[in-house]
Amino acid sequence: MDAYDSSVVVGGTVKSSDVLHKVPTGIKGFDEITVGGLPKGRATLVCGSAGTGKTVFAMEFLVRGAVEYGEPGVLIAFEETSTELAQSFASLGFDLQTLVARRLLALDFVHVERSEIIETGDYDLNGLFVRIAYAIDSVGAKRVVIDSLETLFSALGDEAILRSEFRRLFRWLKERGVTAIITGERGDGTLTRHGIEEYVSDCVILLDQRVHERVATRYLRVVKYRGTVHGTNEYPFLIHEGGISVVPVTSLGLTHQASEERMSTGVPRLDAMLGGKGIYRGSSVLVSGTAGTGKSSLAAHAVHAACKRGERCLYFAFEESQGQYVRNMRSIGVDLQPWIDKGLLQFHASRPTYFGLEMHLASMQRTIENFDPSLVVVDPVTNFAMVATPFEVRSMLMRLVDSLKSRGITGIFTSLTAGGSALDETDVGMSSLMDTWLLVQFLEASGERNRGLYVLKSRGMAHSHQVREFSVSSHGLDLIDVYVGPSGVLTGSARQAQEAKERTEALVRQQHTERKQRELARKRAQLDAQILALRAAFEAEEQDVLATLEQDKRREVSLGHDREQQARLRQADPSKQNGGAG
Amino acid sequence: MTSPVNAIDHDVNYEIWELRLYVAGQTRKSLLALSNLKRLCEEHLAGKYRIEIIDLLQNPQLAEGDQILAIPTLVRRLPEPIRKIIGDLSNTERVLVGLDIRPR
Repeated sequence: MDAYDSSVVVGGTVKSSDVLHKVPTGIKGFDEITVGGLPKGRATLVCGSAGTGKTVFAMEFLVRGAVEYGEPGVLIAFEETSTELAQSFASLGFDLQTLVARRLLALDFVHVERSEIIETGDYDLNGLFVRIAYAIDSVGAKRVVIDSLETLFSALGDEAILRSEFRRLFRWLKERGVTAIITGERGDGTLTRHGIEEYVSDCVILLDQRVHERVATRYLRVVKYRGTVHGTNEYPFLIHEGGISVVPVTSLGLTHQASEERMSTGVPRLDAMLGGKGIYRGSSVLVSGTAGTGKSSLAAHAVHAACKRGERCLYFAFEESQGQYVRNMRSIGVDLQPWIDKGLLQFHASRPTYFGLEMHLASMQRTIENFDPSLVVVDPVTNFAMVATPFEVRSMLMRLVDSLKSRGITGIFTSLTAGGSALDETDVGMSSLMDTWLLVQFLEASGERNRGLYVLKSRGMAHSHQVREFSVSSHGLDLIDVYVGPSGVLTGSARQAQEAKERTEALVRQQHTERKQRELARKRAQLDAQILALRAAFEAEEQDVLATLEQDKRREVSLGHDREQQARLRQADPSKQNGGAG
Repeated sequence: MTSPVNAIDHDVNYEIWELRLYVAGQTRKSLLALSNLKRLCEEHLAGKYRIEIIDLLQNPQLAEGDQILAIPTLVRRLPEPIRKIIGDLSNTERVLVGLDIRPR
């Protein structure tokens, strides 16, 4: 019988060489990891220590199958009573009674009390087979969950019988063509306490829960999945009101659309620095700086501006409560309360340590899904380092950024950098995820601290490379040109002093110029006077000379006359004597 | 109940013992269990027992009521409390103990 069966199985897989069919579990993220779900018509072992979520996983598999994929299911429960089970279903948002009434689910509770059973010879588990078969037939089930089979080891004593019966059970389930999940308690150094993984050879999933820095995170790993590719990583997962969410560690991919649309940051001068038009819609912005540099205020301006345009904003605060934040922002002239009242702004404040990183991510994603905002602020992301390693924070941020981008949501992330350390370095891990990186830094000089804002990078736009002084007043934020001179960047009162000094210098320069001009005018007048005097003297001289020349001429003429008269008188030859006189 | 006290166990004096044997088809184990049971009852409970045989292949819905897993299972319905004995009943001593015919 055994030999015959196994030959059929071997022959079947070789000959028909079917592609392994898969059944979607409907569990968020799990079907992506396994590229389709659980092996169809096979049994899958889900093992893990107590409280790791085995039962929830199995229950969601049944409920999703029944509700979303039209595959009714059977739950054979060894450990819980029907009330307990109904309660845990209800906590996940499923109504057990309705599912049973709609004949989508059949339940059978198996209770075995060791004390009331006496073994008196050979037996088999046909009673269990009959019950499972009956439950399957009553709803036409395609999915079966047995939770948890290993209870039988403590209820019935004969391990040899149980082992051979389990082998028969799995074979029988396969013959029935149902997709099954068997849960098993994790043993010491083995996957299950009684080694039932040796009977379930197709797919084994291990659930685990570990505590890091006093925050517990659940993990899921596909230990084995015969005949198919699957993710081999350990994936964090969560159990929340909507069931299980497995979060693939690797990113969703870089396929999102890039918007050409720009949006204002709410600070006009900052928009001017960012190519004159502000940030791209759907991009991610990192605002980093040391404590008290005004990162949250900058975010508040962006939120305020977005709400003014009628857009919805979501603010995740991990340092301040809603009331505190609204009050503080009002003090710099940004009143966010009206937007909260209008429902345009939603505020979610919690301590990072409230729950694990993955839980944060999932709850944020769920909130984003429900609220559908156009701007999301996470303030600050660095606080997550309290509950996770930098690697985990980065991976979580990457997934958050990707999920925002795929929805075209703009994200503003503030990052608190430790004072004293090189600011650029501490954020490098995050910066590669960000499209625009603003750095707010204290410029410390001459006994005061002033804020300076730089645009460290901004993908896809020409942006200013200059540092601007960043001032926070009761009228809000503003950016002022800093004084850049031979003595470095000057801000605050030093800048004002420098400006006053420059004004004085300018005045002095102006006076100097005027004096020069006056002097010049005077010199010109002097020159003119000299020219006039000279000309007068010259003219006087000229007249003298001309007068003398006239006299000479006249004398010459009269001298000629005299000579002619003398010649006439002496009767000389006129042609010889008369040459010079004419 | 009004019977005189028996030397072995007071349960034996119960008027009618209601026994239920769960089987799944006519298997070797089931037949063996039934014949063992009949012999035992004749020896210890002659005239005051009733055996009901339930074949789960015909009435699968009855398995849940008595929480049957193993086949064959013998259930002592009366006298109370309910006792369950699994296996082919070939270990007579254990069956007698299990049914409280012999003290434990």
